[in-house]
Amino acid sequence: MNRRKFVKKTTLAAMTGIVGGDIVFGSVMPKGYQPLSFQDPDPFKLFDKDSAMVVLNDKPWNMEAQAHLLDDKVTPSKYMFIRNNGLIPEDVDVENWVLTVDGESVKQIKSYSLQDLKSKFQHHTYQLTLECGGNGRSEFNPPAKGNQWTIGAVSCAEWTGVRLRDVLKDVGIKDDAVYLGYHAADIHLSRNPEKEPISRGVPIRKAMQDETLLAFAMNGKDIPLVHGYPLRLVAGGWPASTSGKWINRLSIRNIVHDGPKMGGSSYRVPCSPVAPGAKVADGDMCIIESMPIKSLITYPKSGAMISEGKKLNIRGHAWAGELEVKKMEYSIDFGSTWKTCILENPINRLAWQHFSANIDFPKKGYYEIWARATDSKGTSQPMLLPGWNPKGYLNNACHRIAIKVI
Amino acid sequence: MGNAHKTYRKRARRLYRILIVISVMALITAIAAFYLYEDENASKDNPEYSDPTEAREVDQLEKSIDSVSGFIQAPGLRETIINCTPCHSAQLVTQNRMTKEGWLSTIRWMQKTQNLWDLGENEPIILEYLATNYAPVEKGRRENLEVTEWYVLEE
Repeated sequence: MNRRKFVKKTTLAAMTGIVGGDIVFGSVMPKGYQPLSFQDPDPFKLFDKDSAMVVLNDKPWNMEAQAHLLDDKVTPSKYMFIRNNGLIPEDVDVENWVLTVDGESVKQIKSYSLQDLKSKFQHHTYQLTLECGGNGRSEFNPPAKGNQWTIGAVSCAEWTGVRLRDVLKDVGIKDDAVYLGYHAADIHLSRNPEKEPISRGVPIRKAMQDETLLAFAMNGKDIPLVHGYPLRLVAGGWPASTSGKWINRLSIRNIVHDGPKMGGSSYRVPCSPVAPGAKVADGDMCIIESMPIKSLITYPKSGAMISEGKKLNIRGHAWAGELEVKKMEYSIDFGSTWKTCILENPINRLAWQHFSANIDFPKKGYYEIWARATDSKGTSQPMLLPGWNPKGYLNNACHRIAIKVI
Repeated sequence: MGNAHKTYRKRARRLYRILIVISVMALITAIAAFYLYEDENASKDNPEYSDPTEAREVDQLEKSIDSVSGFIQAPGLRETIINCTPCHSAQLVTQNRMTKEGWLSTIRWMQKTQNLWDLGENEPIILEYLATNYAPVEKGRRENLEVTEWYVLEE
């Protein structure tokens, strides 16, 4: 520390001392408000998460992974991002948990206990990619409102449950059914029991897919509470907000579901591209369906230094929403030239695919490895930010890591 | 006569002590002023001191954070804590950057859909606080990569 900095710092320190460094607003702190520093229990212990996970928000709880934490082929719970719109249900009574199916387009209202669901319908297991619609939001300019996700709001765990289609067939749905809306046991932030934090869903065609599940297990165990225990709707490849947690009611609608977070700028983007910062009328916004093509380098962690002459192995995952990833490439010269990676087929539809490459560097220096995936329709990831939208959804710009050859 | 002399000597000694105290204080002030003045000049004129990382460090020091709430200490902090943190954490505010217009529309959205009350005379105070301390920063279409830690990779 040089002399001037020292003087500056001590002066400031003295000033903070005079005004009282810790101006504690104890008297005005709302009841029940827990500042991060006083949290008890620790969120990593509470949710059984790795301590390298990043907390974005503690009320409601929102937590994301970092690229290198997502290296596993099947995402373990400890590295799975948490995205909540409300408060986690406080009393989950599994014995008396009831799923009711209602709405304008059911032939009858029908209810099932968890045991009914498990015993009446065939079980299926799929590995499904769930990515938050706002993953990558932090990069948008002008900034977009909401939790500032970087790249870690994506996972691909193995989900076990019954097909939503089988349940809907058992209930009987009318020909005019358009949309499925979910309702859940989570609590609105205002604690007003009349309000739902979020109630989204999927069009009937997505509800009828083989892989759309009413899941009761994740990675072979009960779903962790924070991820939707005891029952979660899982719609792989779509914004993870369509995969409702703590599900206790499904409404089969004859209109596009109109629950909270279905309208306005929530999980919707301009139907036609707009200039950054543009104001977009509600009527010109369209609901996000399939997530776009994207990839992540999960090894090595950004910041690796390797010796000159040594090759570097990289690996990661790529996913394409409803589609499949057809090609995976990397560049070490800022996109001037691209080389092909080895790309594996998905274990099932809507699961991410693994890639790897073995890289030679021409000389010493600073490099960035850029990763670019291309889907089955020939659409690739952009190098810069894709189209701006008011809430900063769908950022699938290429992932980059920094490397030094020394 | 002897008494008068004693009183005079006592007074002189007291005056002497006061003078010493004043001189010492003046000296300290002068030294402090010298450093502060020099520092200000240095940062203005000397290119050595235009290091952006240093500026950022100072910036963060100047924007002192309230350790309990996590908000920047500035006028309007109290009103912001009282009205903004009963439902959600301060983190939902502090991780965002918006113009005054953007913050206002967020408040209106919360009033319309999230049970936020009428902020009354606190509204302009809160808006000013948010727009001043959590304003957007121009960051272009893609920022440089930030590496938190360089490490040697052995394979």
